[in-house]
Amino acid sequence: MNPEYLLEIRDLKVAYGGIQAVKGISLNVAPGELVALIGSNGAGKSTTLKTLAGLLPPASGHVYYQGKNLKELAAHQRVTQGMALVPEGRGVFARLNVTENLLMGAYSRDNRAEINLDLDRMYALFPRLAERCGQLAGTLSGGEQQMLAMARALMSRPRLLMLDEPSMGLAPLMVQKIFETIREISAQGMSILLIEQNARLALQAASRGYVMESGAITLSGAAVELLGNDAVQRAYLGG
Amino acid sequence: METFLQQLINGLVQGSVYALVALGYTMVYGILGLINFAHGEVVMIGAMLAISSLNVLLGNGVSPLLALPLCAVIAMLGCMALGYGIERIAYRPLRHAPRLAPLITAIGVSIVLQNLAMMIWGRDYLPFPKFFSNNPHSFGGVIISDIQLLIFVLALTLMGLLLLLVQRTRLGRAMRAVAENQQAALLMGVDINRVISLTFMLGSALAALAGIMVSANYGLAHYYMGFLLGLKAFTAAVLGGIGNLKGAMLGGLVLGLIESLGAGYIGDLSGGFFGSNYQDVFAFFILIAVLVFRPSGLLGERIAERA
Ligand SMILES: Nc1ncnc2c1ncn2[C@@H]1O[C@H](COP(=O)(O)OP(=O)(O)O)[C@@H](O)[C@H]1O
Ligand SMILES: [Mg+2]
Repeated sequence: MNPEYLLEIRDLKVAYGGIQAVKGISLNVAPGELVALIGSNGAGKSTTLKTLAGLLPPASGHVYYQGKNLKELAAHQRVTQGMALVPEGRGVFARLNVTENLLMGAYSRDNRAEINLDLDRMYALFPRLAERCGQLAGTLSGGEQQMLAMARALMSRPRLLMLDEPSMGLAPLMVQKIFETIREISAQGMSILLIEQNARLALQAASRGYVMESGAITLSGAAVELLGNDAVQRAYLGG
Repeated sequence: METFLQQLINGLVQGSVYALVALGYTMVYGILGLINFAHGEVVMIGAMLAISSLNVLLGNGVSPLLALPLCAVIAMLGCMALGYGIERIAYRPLRHAPRLAPLITAIGVSIVLQNLAMMIWGRDYLPFPKFFSNNPHSFGGVIISDIQLLIFVLALTLMGLLLLLVQRTRLGRAMRAVAENQQAALLMGVDINRVISLTFMLGSALAALAGIMVSANYGLAHYYMGFLLGLKAFTAAVLGGIGNLKGAMLGGLVLGLIESLGAGYIGDLSGGFFGSNYQDVFAFFILIAVLVFRPSGLLGERIAERA
């Protein structure tokens, strides 16, 4: 275990029943880093993030977070420790309104005054959400729901933000907006682990990247190098 | 006209009790997607606990005005522990089992609780101690007793408080979040098991009070009383739209009204062929009719079959 890393994954294996979806990967995120994990559909990216968040049990391997083995920590306790996952498909509470969704994001916190301040900060960061604060989340557009899911995760004041395909299903303009926000949050010092099928956007925003193929990491390095890599270009960047 | 008004009052009072019990069914269904068929027995245990503790308290010279709230607290605490235990023992181990499994354990828990109650409190009707005058008030020929008035006001107050809790508090928000998407709630740091336990305890506390209300209203309790009452309250929950809190309240009141108005007029309507003892049948006619014609209930959304 290397104390310099916020998150360190060593030889992690995850299986669904008998089928291995993640076949022994190692990966790390240093404090303040934006790390991209790219790969095609079915590579095992979401499985990796769900395991980090505690939603799936690892078959073997270790996950260290802030120097501590996460093994014994239940999913809800990881939130208190500063891990936040924006899941694939967003997972907003459709029958709760926007403000209630954001307050759910702060569920692990106690200080009501600070929570209210953060609520205002989120509404400043996402003015679209402010306009719709009383609306049920189910009535928002896909892009607005993605903003809500990100803002909700930020409401827990995470140290590690994990994003699972934030651009999925969004119009190009909305994708740009979401990525602008990701860069902004990253620039403020947040540590981010970003999963994307849109490899170009992800690598352009990230400082480092990993490439995942059928459950294993096949390439890793500085994001600019991966962007210039022939194999990456052919497989993920359309030429 | 006087019969009509009288039956209206009786129906509202009985219906408000159904509503309190129906809320327990609907909250658990909303959050876990399962019917807690042991809930009627929790009502019965609440009544039994209240009567026993009332007898002890009054026997030791505690003033009735103090004994009544005390016995309510005892019954509520007892039932909350019971509701917690039922979920822990009968449902939690089966959380990922096929849907039929918890239904079977629910019936098992019902039978165990009935027999336990029979062993502790006996097979006979247990009288609810008479320590208050229960004055009847007459309004233009329509009679409403102290107890009826108390039941109705208290039940409505409790319903209002529950709605406030669910709509306005942190716990209520977490309950709604868990009901909608357990995985997302986990990602918010919600301890799902804790929220589920609290939901069972909340429903059980209401059940305890409902048990006191029925036994005080009829003047007695019996180890078997939870069965019919539970089934009717379940009917009320389905009538209102299972999973929907306001639906359970409305369903309870409507069922109470239909029953009592139906019972009041069934003799006239059938030319004396059916007597008011057929009252209990209405609930089940309604249950069948709702299931056939409007399975989502009065206020419910269409229920998607869960996998
Ligand atoms: N709940 C599940 N049960 C069984 N297999 C699954 C499940 N979820 C994902 N898988 C399989 O695991 C592999 C990795 O999936 P996933 O992690 O979702 O990939 P990615 O996010 O990279 O698209 C795929 O082959 C997928 O079919
Ligand atoms: Mg995925």
